[in-house]
Amino acid sequence: MKDAKDFVATFILALVVYLFLTLASGIPMVEGTILWSLEELIMGLSVALIVAAVTSHILCRSKNFRMLNPARWLIMLVYTIPLFLEMVKANFDVAYRVITGRIEPAIVKITPDLKTDLGITILANSITLTPGTLTVEVDDEKSELYIHWIKVKDDPDEVISGRFVRWIRRFAE
Amino acid sequence: MIVLALVSIFMAISLIFNGLGVVGLHRFPDVYTRLHAATKCTTFGSIFMAFTVITYSGAMFYWSNDAKYLNMALHTLGAVVALLITNPTGAHAIARAAHRMGVMPKYAVKDELKEAR
Repeated sequence: MKDAKDFVATFILALVVYLFLTLASGIPMVEGTILWSLEELIMGLSVALIVAAVTSHILCRSKNFRMLNPARWLIMLVYTIPLFLEMVKANFDVAYRVITGRIEPAIVKITPDLKTDLGITILANSITLTPGTLTVEVDDEKSELYIHWIKVKDDPDEVISGRFVRWIRRFAE
Repeated sequence: MIVLALVSIFMAISLIFNGLGVVGLHRFPDVYTRLHAATKCTTFGSIFMAFTVITYSGAMFYWSNDAKYLNMALHTLGAVVALLITNPTGAHAIARAAHRMGVMPKYAVKDELKEAR
């Protein structure tokens, strides 16, 4: 029964991605069709079936279906806004350091205390995406991240990851 | 008119940050700091170049109602998502490999990863 749930989850995800990429293939509107043309709908269904059959055991490895909740995806979408704001701020900081050459690099350790793989992955990616900080190594067991920081300041936990962790805890835990 | 101004502004931001990325690649001393310059400024620059395409094709779709413009905007959005996932992953892989090979950060004030090993 669990396998069926894997299959359906992967199928829906693949179908949504396919439909997203072929959106508006039905314009100009033919009688009786929606935004997608009939060919694309049939193709999308068959491709999603094949993808689900081949990869469902990879995608749902943790056997935890909390990410099926659409509210989590919505929060993840909202999370891109603070992420983008941090990126803008940090981009100007790094631009300043590129021009002046004032750097004081160090590798610091942070302990974000996130339990899930997805949470740690998103946190590490967010940190690397924010200019000036770069995830060098992840310690899975102790949930520690080693981060190369272009200009060290005090309290790395709060300055680097404080906001990110609070957001990620809302949808990935 | 507004669309043209927006497109120009986005393209200018993108070019400035891509240019800064190149300058940083030459100025910074070691592999880690160069990764900062190369991947970060390039990500930001590329994202704004994608915004340029999305703005332009979105406006063209609004005016001409031609589905190919909507497709272009959506596919560019997909490219941005792919960029946001792959770029930090690649940077992380390079940095991790460099540190495992024993390349130490130059001018580093402290290195807690080396102490942990």
